[in-house]
Amino acid sequence: MEVKVVKDILSANDRIARRNQRLLDEHGILTINIMSAPGAGKTSLILQTITKLKQKARIGVIEGDVASTIDANKVHEQGVAAVQINTAGGCHLDANMIESALNNLPLGDIDLLLIENVGNLICPAEFALGEHKRVMLLSLPEGDDKPYKYPLMFTEADVVLINKIDLLPYLEFNTAAFHKAVTGLNPTAKILPVSCKTGEGLEDWFSWLLDAIGEIKRGGSIAC
Amino acid sequence: MHELSITQGILSIAVEKANEVQASKVTKINLIIGELSGVVNECVEFYFDLLSKDTIAAQASLSFHQPPIQLRCRSCAAVFSPDNLDWACPICREQKIEIISGRECRVESIEVD
Repeated sequence: MEVKVVKDILSANDRIARRNQRLLDEHGILTINIMSAPGAGKTSLILQTITKLKQKARIGVIEGDVASTIDANKVHEQGVAAVQINTAGGCHLDANMIESALNNLPLGDIDLLLIENVGNLICPAEFALGEHKRVMLLSLPEGDDKPYKYPLMFTEADVVLINKIDLLPYLEFNTAAFHKAVTGLNPTAKILPVSCKTGEGLEDWFSWLLDAIGEIKRGGSIAC
Repeated sequence: MHELSITQGILSIAVEKANEVQASKVTKINLIIGELSGVVNECVEFYFDLLSKDTIAAQASLSFHQPPIQLRCRSCAAVFSPDNLDWACPICREQKIEIISGRECRVESIEVD
């Protein structure tokens, strides 16, 4: 006997993600899911953001890594609340892991929660965590052809940061072609060229974040 | 690697549905997994054998239906399957596209005894 099901395989994850988002909304915490390939600069971006914004917003961080606590330690040294999730080989964070991490964070004392996903351009795009915004980081050495190799990641992003822009003189990265490819897939994506090393362009990122925090504080979810 | 989570999802959906209709055994699970979902069928089969042991879905066969990638041009509204890396519209050559098919990832039906 055949029984119709027609159910999305990730529906259980999506249900937990919605629950996470309700909890985050209740506490007025802007939550950002930061995704990129390994080495693109997610941790550097988080550290720069903490340095610049910690006087203006109370920041919390969830660090996702396959193994080690290196990144969480760096964040912790900055004096912000941090939780490390080791996925033990898993290639992405899922909503269930975030739910456990939220239990270990002082939610009443956080305005901005930065989630560093596992370095990977494929799987993290599939798993909602409960975040309000998705930020994708592409570093210049990865090449301008990535949007068509990893289309879902670029389709899902609210902001695409082009990191390591200080390397532009040394690399053959076609910025115009990259812009065209990203906006072709995702016309509303905000594209910001930055360097987490020199600080170039980061002001635009900070002001985008502050605006988004303000929006959350004024009430109402700004869910993606 | 996300096949492990995907397989856990498939198994729990199938077992839950089978219990709902009071079936004693799941013999087949029909899946719709789009080309863009990045799921490797062989990995899902491997994990399924491990995870389904001692469940009513043990030894169920998995059937994969893979809808191809279909895109719609946001410039001229043409619908096409991409045959090149840059996903340009074959009619107007614009690269402004919307994904309309290929992201599917669902359990369509189960066959039970």
